[in-house]
Amino acid sequence: MSTVTMTVNGKSVSGEVEGRTLLSDFVRNNLNLTGTHIGCDTSQCGACVVHVGGKAVKSCTIFAIEAEGSSVTTIEGMANPDGSLGTIQQAFQDNHGLQCGFCTPGMVMSAAALLEENPNPTETEIREYLEGNICRCTGYHNIVKSIQAAAAA
Amino acid sequence: MSDKGIGASSKRREDVRFLSGNGKYTDDINVRGQKYVHFLRSDVAHGKINGIDTGEAASMPGVAGIFTGADFAEVGGLPCGWQVTDRFGEAMKEPAHPVLAQGKVRHVGDPIAAVVADSLEQARDAAEAIDVDMEELPAVMDMKSAVAGGTLVHDELETNLCYDWGFVEENKDAVDEAIKNAHHVTTLELVNNRLVPNAMEPRVAIGDYDASNDESTLYTTSQNPHVIRLLMGAFVLQIPEHKLRVVAPDVGGGFGSKIFHYAEEAFCTLAARKLKVPVKWTASRSEAFISDAHGRDHVTKIELALDEKGMFQAVRTDTYANMGAYLSTFSTSVPTWLHGTLMAGNYKTPLIYVNVKAVFTNTVPVDAYRGAGRPEATFQLERVIDKAARELGMDPIEIRRKNFIQKEEFPYATPVALEYDTGDYVATMDKLQEIADLDGFEARASESRQKGLLRGLGINCYIEACGIAPSNLVGMLGARAGLYESATVRVNATGSITVMTGCHSHGQSHETTFPQVIADMIGISEDQVHIQHGDTSNTPMGMGTYGSRSIAVGGAAMVRATEKIIAKAKKIAAHLMEASAEDIELKDGSFSVVGTDKSVGWGDVCLTAYVPHNYPLDQLEPGLEETAFYDPANFTYPAGAYACEVEVDPETGKVDICSFAATDDFGNVINPMVVDGQVHGGIAQGVGQALREHAVYNEDGQLVSGTFMDYSMPRADDLPSFVVDHSCQTPCTHNPLGVKGCGEAGAIGSPPAVVNAVLDALNKGGYNVSHIDMPLSPSRVWSAING
Amino acid sequence: MYDFALQRPQSLNEAIEALSVEGAQALAGGQTMIPTLKNRLASPDVLVSIGGISELQGVSETDGTVSIKAGTTHGVVAATVESYPALASLAGNIGDPAVRNRGTIGGSLANNDPSACYPAAALASNASITTNKRTISASDFFMGLFETSLDEGELITQVDFPVPDAANYQKFDQPASRFALVGVFVAKYGNDVRVAVTGASEDGVFRWSEAESALAGNFSSSAIDGLEVDPESMIEDIHGSRSYRANLVKVMTKRAVAAC
Repeated sequence: MSTVTMTVNGKSVSGEVEGRTLLSDFVRNNLNLTGTHIGCDTSQCGACVVHVGGKAVKSCTIFAIEAEGSSVTTIEGMANPDGSLGTIQQAFQDNHGLQCGFCTPGMVMSAAALLEENPNPTETEIREYLEGNICRCTGYHNIVKSIQAAAAA
Repeated sequence: MSDKGIGASSKRREDVRFLSGNGKYTDDINVRGQKYVHFLRSDVAHGKINGIDTGEAASMPGVAGIFTGADFAEVGGLPCGWQVTDRFGEAMKEPAHPVLAQGKVRHVGDPIAAVVADSLEQARDAAEAIDVDMEELPAVMDMKSAVAGGTLVHDELETNLCYDWGFVEENKDAVDEAIKNAHHVTTLELVNNRLVPNAMEPRVAIGDYDASNDESTLYTTSQNPHVIRLLMGAFVLQIPEHKLRVVAPDVGGGFGSKIFHYAEEAFCTLAARKLKVPVKWTASRSEAFISDAHGRDHVTKIELALDEKGMFQAVRTDTYANMGAYLSTFSTSVPTWLHGTLMAGNYKTPLIYVNVKAVFTNTVPVDAYRGAGRPEATFQLERVIDKAARELGMDPIEIRRKNFIQKEEFPYATPVALEYDTGDYVATMDKLQEIADLDGFEARASESRQKGLLRGLGINCYIEACGIAPSNLVGMLGARAGLYESATVRVNATGSITVMTGCHSHGQSHETTFPQVIADMIGISEDQVHIQHGDTSNTPMGMGTYGSRSIAVGGAAMVRATEKIIAKAKKIAAHLMEASAEDIELKDGSFSVVGTDKSVGWGDVCLTAYVPHNYPLDQLEPGLEETAFYDPANFTYPAGAYACEVEVDPETGKVDICSFAATDDFGNVINPMVVDGQVHGGIAQGVGQALREHAVYNEDGQLVSGTFMDYSMPRADDLPSFVVDHSCQTPCTHNPLGVKGCGEAGAIGSPPAVVNAVLDALNKGGYNVSHIDMPLSPSRVWSAING
Repeated sequence: MYDFALQRPQSLNEAIEALSVEGAQALAGGQTMIPTLKNRLASPDVLVSIGGISELQGVSETDGTVSIKAGTTHGVVAATVESYPALASLAGNIGDPAVRNRGTIGGSLANNDPSACYPAAALASNASITTNKRTISASDFFMGLFETSLDEGELITQVDFPVPDAANYQKFDQPASRFALVGVFVAKYGNDVRVAVTGASEDGVFRWSEAESALAGNFSSSAIDGLEVDPESMIEDIHGSRSYRANLVKVMTKRAVAAC
């Protein structure tokens, strides 16, 4: 076991991990931030997407130790300071961009990364950017609509 | 459209917790002191277990216990909930379905042993040290050869045929005769491809045991915790209901795959009792592929007889339905009562005969997946109609219109035992032609041609039987359960309301839509109503959420309970206003005496019920809480018409969905936004089935498409935005809300539209292709084009 | 995952040192390695993460060469390479955005997945692959499925791509994994045309020499019309038969030439 330290959602955190401890395990188990979900074991579904150093990554495909010293944002860090839903989160609610909610944290984190890179994406750009996030409920229609609304907000 | 209550697109309250990362899914639950389970699963499809040596594994670090089939010899097997009677009056063959393999494994993924350890990796390490002496047997894979003889999946059954079902058996001769004498018969042989439901949340089970009270709790990813409690408690582990609590918290999608009672649930519950520690199992996705029930997997031959005008004379269909290695909870009902009864579709075909042979193979059990039987019925019927239209040179829309059951003919009794209460298939088709801009097709096709692409248009209709189901009817048909639903409506002292429902919401939005109904009935705001579901300890017995039944059956139960509340509240109001209860009217949250200006508010009445100082205690109990059970009088019959446009690249066989339009008649709609969302998701799954998804086994019984690397899930860039409409509404006549249910429609209605569109594109492009089996992958389409 | 020690050296020398130990393996972006470990298909004693080494990061473009340090992610290549648009575009279509933020060129080449995109670019460009020991020409680097000429403990440090006069990469996605079912990279250097094919062959990435000869004389998609790829050596799986892949090689080559 070794100690890993990083900043998660603006707070400095540390914990004891093994070499094989994934970042997703660390946030879920050590930090009890269970909004980050695990939907596959082949790095395809994107339910675990978080930001590391401002970039979207699949937290199930990076070891916690590799994030040593990084700034990590999870879905729990996306709300406004007063606790209300952030712009993208609110757009998802307004546009029914989620049903069961399981893929949603990853979708929101990917959407945030997209809008950071490209504040006014086209529908095609949104759909292509979401290539690594699988949703089984919505058919993506309202997810795309939500991201468009967030871009316009 | 209203801005609140029934008909309003109220935003979903559950979204706040999901969007902020505060959803509570089963894997988010950790019970103090819990240990972790890893199942050692068979890596061969069929084998005889000659011995299992757990000695080395048991001594490995962290191991708390290792279980094999021997440890479960005393407990029951997993039950099948529906007994089908075959065409000769015999009961179906029903093999034992052990929690852990007893002497034999029958599919890749069949659990042989389970290790409980301090950590998951320790459990995996120990599982690798278990020595299984396995004698591999030939795998039974092909259904037709399995029925013909040879290796048996279950030796004791002496056959691989579960049942040979005929429906309606009395019609058989007349159907044969009609087909023999018909002007034209169109024949189509097809495969309805095996699918993996793949809800995004893999299954999880946590068993917990409180020895001091002898109480077990199971946390599980279920669509129906009460059903799990009943099946597991009564049939598998013999734990009475009052000693067994089943909790299904937030559940990340189900689509049918989380209806069934699974071995892992029974294992964790019993292991926790034996080891006296909480025991947690979380499926990996790879494990889900070989342990979640699969869907579909039918091989069918359908014949449609038509007269010279294109009127349908008879339908005869023969299906081999794969059961997999064991009978999952509802498996036997899917290809029979949820399939054969739908073969009339939206049409007045007078004679129908359906034969289904259910077959055991060395594959994962097959059970209900979104639509369950109805997609299989719709697909074959709507495909054969399209083929018939092409053979007869008729327009695919006209041939359907000609044969529609007409609006004035409802209620309509089909020759396959259903009585459709309402519908207007002409209206939905009219609406479809409008919203899909079918008139503009030729111009779009011409643009596609300029890009070297072939454009095609596919049309189909569908009908489904939802809102399952009348208990007495399903009882006659072999169901071993009732299919009512229940609700307890608890009015709190200050007027807010808690509804406890036996339904379960795992994406369906009950927490938002159910309050809309109550808010409308009483005239209070939606946020005064809270929905509680998912825990057998605080909800009344209910059969759960599947079959598009929650609002039609569960919602109806809630309406009935609320009606009781209102009736009692009126008596209290009458007492307060010194009037007769018959003269009390409830409107906008206020009780008034008809014809006077006397009124009393909802809150005052509720408070009076709980602070009964001025109260008719001699006539009326205090408090305001009512329970109702609702058993539907009939199925509901959502129906619609779908259109899909595709572009096919003839050089690569790649199919792009250019547009998809859906018109659905769901009867009354509670929340249009939610209904749209349900349709979108259903269409995506249907398009996935049509173009991408396929659980492929090789001849050795290995699942070749066993991860998302090979099982193609539809992604955002595979789909267009959809055009959906549910403005054609013929309300259900037999439930109090006039609703029909909307959860499965998209998945039922969309596969034939896609396939019809691809074939239209190919035929218009000069390729004479009459059928391609799903999924219409690029390579399959290219192969069809290139002979 | 089996247990292992994870080391995170901060310099190339430390990394080389760490990799010299028996049972040690390099961990680049991990986008293939970590799923492999999860399924217990690999059991290194030590994983040496090279992600934190700044010497292995970055892109430079000079004198008709694009030089990419081995630890540079696909996302960075896609966003920064200007003089070789076909290469940037290839990098921008590997996996998905989150994968591109972790996966690296060095990791991809060293793994030599028969369906990966980068090997096609490297082979078509005859890139020079520099390691801590030597420089290897791409033509000598790829040795079949998941096999390269790298020795034990040898680490790719940089890849140099000569910028062609014209180039294009056409990828036909495997529907599930989004790896290349077939990917064809065409690069034209004067009269020399190189056509590298990934995803298709049981021997991994290869050059389609008949197409190269035909295109050298007539650089137009019609030059491919009369050619056929022998289906015998093609991969066959649930996503496509041998003859389907052979067809795709031809179609994608034509499209790549047309798009040059």
